[in-house]
This record gives sequence, C-alpha cells and structure tokens, in this order.
Amino acid sequence: MRRRTFLATGAVGLSALAAPGLLRAQGAPLKVGTYGGYFEESFKTHIYPDFTAETGIEVQSIGEPTGEAWLVQLEQAARANQAPADVSMMAQVARLRGERSELWAPLDESKLANLGNLPEHFVHRYADGRLYGTGAVSWYITLVTNTEAYPEPPTSWQAFWDPANTDKLGLLALASNSFLLEITATTYFNGTDILATEEGITQVLTKLAELKPNVRLWYRDEGQFQQALESGEIPMGQYYHDVTGLAASQGQPVRSTFPQEGAVLDSGSWVVSKASQMIEQAQTFIDYMARPEIQAKLSRNVGTAPTVNRDLLDLTDEEFAAVGSDLPPILPRYELYIDKADWVNQKWSEMITG
Amino acid sequence: MSGRDAATPTWLGLIPGVVLAALFLVPFGIMLAVSVALRDPSGSGFYTWGFELQSYARVFTFFVGRILFVSMTIAAGAAVISVALALPFTVILAQMSRRAQTVILVILLSVLSLSEVIIGFSVSTLLSQTAGVGNLLALLRITEQPRAYTPSLFALMTGLCYLTFPYSVLVLYPPVARLDPELVEASRTMGASPLRTFFGVTVPLLRAPILGALILVFVFALGSYLLPQVLGRPEHWTLSVHITDQAVYQSNLPFAAAMAVVLLLAALALVGLALLVARERRAA
Repeated sequence: MRRRTFLATGAVGLSALAAPGLLRAQGAPLKVGTYGGYFEESFKTHIYPDFTAETGIEVQSIGEPTGEAWLVQLEQAARANQAPADVSMMAQVARLRGERSELWAPLDESKLANLGNLPEHFVHRYADGRLYGTGAVSWYITLVTNTEAYPEPPTSWQAFWDPANTDKLGLLALASNSFLLEITATTYFNGTDILATEEGITQVLTKLAELKPNVRLWYRDEGQFQQALESGEIPMGQYYHDVTGLAASQGQPVRSTFPQEGAVLDSGSWVVSKASQMIEQAQTFIDYMARPEIQAKLSRNVGTAPTVNRDLLDLTDEEFAAVGSDLPPILPRYELYIDKADWVNQKWSEMITG
Repeated sequence: MSGRDAATPTWLGLIPGVVLAALFLVPFGIMLAVSVALRDPSGSGFYTWGFELQSYARVFTFFVGRILFVSMTIAAGAAVISVALALPFTVILAQMSRRAQTVILVILLSVLSLSEVIIGFSVSTLLSQTAGVGNLLALLRITEQPRAYTPSLFALMTGLCYLTFPYSVLVLYPPVARLDPELVEASRTMGASPLRTFFGVTVPLLRAPILGALILVFVFALGSYLLPQVLGRPEHWTLSVHITDQAVYQSNLPFAAAMAVVLLLAALALVGLALLVARERRAA
C-alpha cells in the first residue's frame, strides 16, 4: 500500500519531536505493525505515547512492507513460533487469508469492553465463533476530479463510461485494489450480489470493458496518478478520499466526490499472530483502539474514517465529511479475491490487456 | 592466453566464476522448485513444497503466450533501435579528440546512475499534455492543441532506448576504437562515399560486437517492468509486469515462478539462436 508512504516526510518531522515520549514499562514491549511510512509515523506520533502513558505497556512500532509480503512473513515466522509483530494491521484479503490458515490468535471477548462499539463487519470471527480481530481504520475510494478540467463535480460513477471522458481516467490496475467490479455491479446491476457467480462476474466485466477507451492510465503507483490528477494531465479517476482531501486543503485543484451509488469503503483490521506471547497486552491495545475518542483522534489526525459507529463519536459534521459520508458505502467482496482469486485475476488481465 | 605462463593465475578467475554460478544457480533452483510447488487449496495463498504442473498449465495458454510474444517484440525493437542509434554515435565518437571522448563517455556513464524510476517519470513528464513537448509543438503551430504522447508504444520505446543507449555505446566503444583506420581510408581512397564506407566496411567489421550489444539490450529490456507500467498501455505490459503482479499483489508465487522460468528459457533460447546463426554465418 504505497499510499501509506504519502506525506511520510512531513510525518517523520513531526514524530521526531514526539516519538521519544514512549515510556519504559516492565517487560518486553508490545510489537505493533502498521504500514510503513505515513501510517506508522502517524501512529507513533498520535497513538502509542498516550497508550503507553495510560496502560504502562510500551509499544515497539514495526513498519510493515506493502502487498501481502507481511502476511507471508508472519506465516513463516509463526511456523518457527516467532512473531515479528504481536499485533498487526492487515488489509482485508490478507486478514481472510490468515483466517483460512488459522494464523490469528483467538481473543478473549471479556477483555474487550469496547467491542460493542464496532459494527458487525468490523468484528472478525472464525467459523466456530471465536473472535480473532477487529476493524482498525477504514478509508474511502471515491470519484476524484481535477477542478479546473471539471468545474462541476460528477455525481455518479457513470461518468467513467461517458464518451465525453475519452482518455481522461486514471484507475487502479488490479481487480483486488480497484474494486471496480463492485463499483460496476453497484452502478449498473443494482448491487454486488451479481458477483456471486462466474456468469455474473463475466457480465460485469463485459460492462466494465466498455470504459477502457476512457482509461488513460491503469496505475499501480499512487504517486503517479496523484501527480497527474493535480496537474490535470489525467483529470478524473478513482482515488483515496483522505489523501485527495489533504491535497485539496493544500491548494491543489482536486476534489473527491461521493457518487450517488456510494463510495468504496476499504479497511484494515487488527489481528494478533498466534505465535505472540503477549496476548493480554495485545487485547488491551485492540480494546483501546476501539474507543470512540481514539477513533475520533485518528480521523482528526490521520484522516481515516472511523470503524466505530458514528453516533458514538464527537466529530463535527465538517470533521466527519473530511473522512467519510453517511451514504451507504460499496463494500468490497473480499472473498472474490480469495476463493476465486486466480480466476478473477485471469479474467481481469484478459479484460485489461485485450 | 597460454595457461601456465599467464601473469594472472587461473584460480583467481574461478572465484567470480563460482560466485556468479552460485548466485545464478541457487536462485534459479529455488525458482524452479517454487514453480512446481503446491498451492494451498484453502485460499490462504501460501504454497507447500511438492510437485505439480498446474502453474505451467496456466503459463502455456494463448494469453501468456501473447504476453511473452509482446515482451520479446518490444525488447527486440528496443535493442534494434538502441544499437542502430549507438553505432554511428560510437563511430563518430571514436574519431573525436581524446579529451572530447573522455567527456562524452563520462556523461554517458553518469546516465547509467539514473534509476529506471527517474527515467520513467521524466519521459512521462516530457511527453505529457500539460508540461511536455506537446506544448512546444502547439506553440510552434505544428499541432493545433497540445496533446499527450504517453502512455504509448512510442513513449515506452523512448524510455527503453534512453535506458539502454549507454550500454550499447559502452559495448561498441572498445572494438570501434580499435578499428583499423586504414581500412576506412582505403575504402575512401577507392572512391566509396562515407555512407557506403560505413555500411560496406565499418558495419561488417563490427558484426560480432553489434550482435553482442543487441543481445545485451534485448535481455536488459526484457526484464524491464517499471517502464512498461509507467509509459505503456496495458497491451504493452511485459511478462515481467505480470510476474510482479502475481508475486507481489496476488501472492501466487508458483505461477509467478513458472512464468519467470519460461521467460528465462525463452530468452536463453533466443540468445542461443542468435549466437548460433552468427557462428554459421562466419563459418560459411
């Protein structure tokens, strides 16, 4: 997730001032993994010092590599009974993959007083009901435009298919990070249920293929698209709501729009490696992170959308609008990228390169 | 070199040889083993050691075959263009004063220090609509509106040639510098035009180094995965791009490894074929 490195430079400067504040507590520190770069620095600055001050549990911050490399490392380390991190923030596909191989330690619900703050889709359980993780942060992928090229904001994802936008779009290159299947299904097929069958997916892909003439860039590198969006070189596309808002607040001619069909809500979750020796402390940390005031702090300082229900938060309308929307979101169908991963990837590649 | 009396003992040459072999054979062995490993059916994405040919079955499809063909064509095209530009450049360079040669070679060497990332983004800016040459062309009224020339095959080739041009020159420079000037002079005194001399005398004399440069650039371009992403359209994505997608984003290492093995073998086969043809020609 290269977007996590965005703003890393600014955040490094901030954390250099604040980081020495981590208190010494008895015993080994709790190792917490977050995406290296912007996320890690933000957590080191805004979260860990206060957590340590309150609980006496020292935190050692671990920067996770991008992609699913971290999952592979955790899995291989766990076979040797090692935990490179006790608690890790995992993207949903990686979290589910770990669930399949029972990589995550079961958690004691009685120790998680704040569990009730989380909506059901952010409470992760094994098939037999054992709890093993919770939603950590979430973020929206929205319809973004350059305000100079588009004085009026688009209102619907249908703008991607508009012949007027030939060669103007920047879209994420992979099925599993663009969630364009879900977007297309919601926009043209009344929701993502059609993606339950291979025939349905094929139908959605056919519709999706229609927008290819409008795509100038299928991007893997987020920096490349963001720069092109700001300069107007590629004036429309899909991107992250938080980063776009940040760029706009710094005077860039960009805007993020929640389309009427809803924006994609993606997220990361806290999980604990089964090799961890610090389950108690890990549970304390996970519970701490599910507190409404901590989620509000994340929204204000890191720009992520809260994983707890909004009515629990003291965010003003303006603060909430900066990170999220009340419109029902498009929820990614992560199982698609696990159970049917090879098939979906193959069809996706054929669609894009064909 | 006559082994026994050589100034450099033979075993000294063995050290890099052994290290190179180990650094090639060991990773290649691992790759080979991964390519036949069993994929975890539970969907966790991991693999366990074993033997199955499922990943190869996916490689030997029309889809991957087409990508392999595109990759080879792009690499071969880049090799031909790069060497075609480098050859006259090097010949002219070798005729310059020693001082000028040094300066130009140093500049060329410094180009090598630029990473693929920098070259990719520079070319994409240079060919962009908002900041690129399109504006210049529009200003000069050659085109009506500034337009973007990237991503396109042209942009990709420009990037690849920029990246590989210094290598071509560096491969060609030593033999060109050693070229007997009397041969060229003889051709000129017999009344051949400079162009005729270049194609009739210089190029044939340099056949072996030209082939060497072509192979080097071909192999180099074949492995490029960043430039096709940044400068090319999806239909120009090389097999290397797809290998990266599988390995890094889809964590399907067996399939990625199988594609990599096939890419390597295909490249070796092509290089071997080129060398064989060259030898046959010389023998004939």
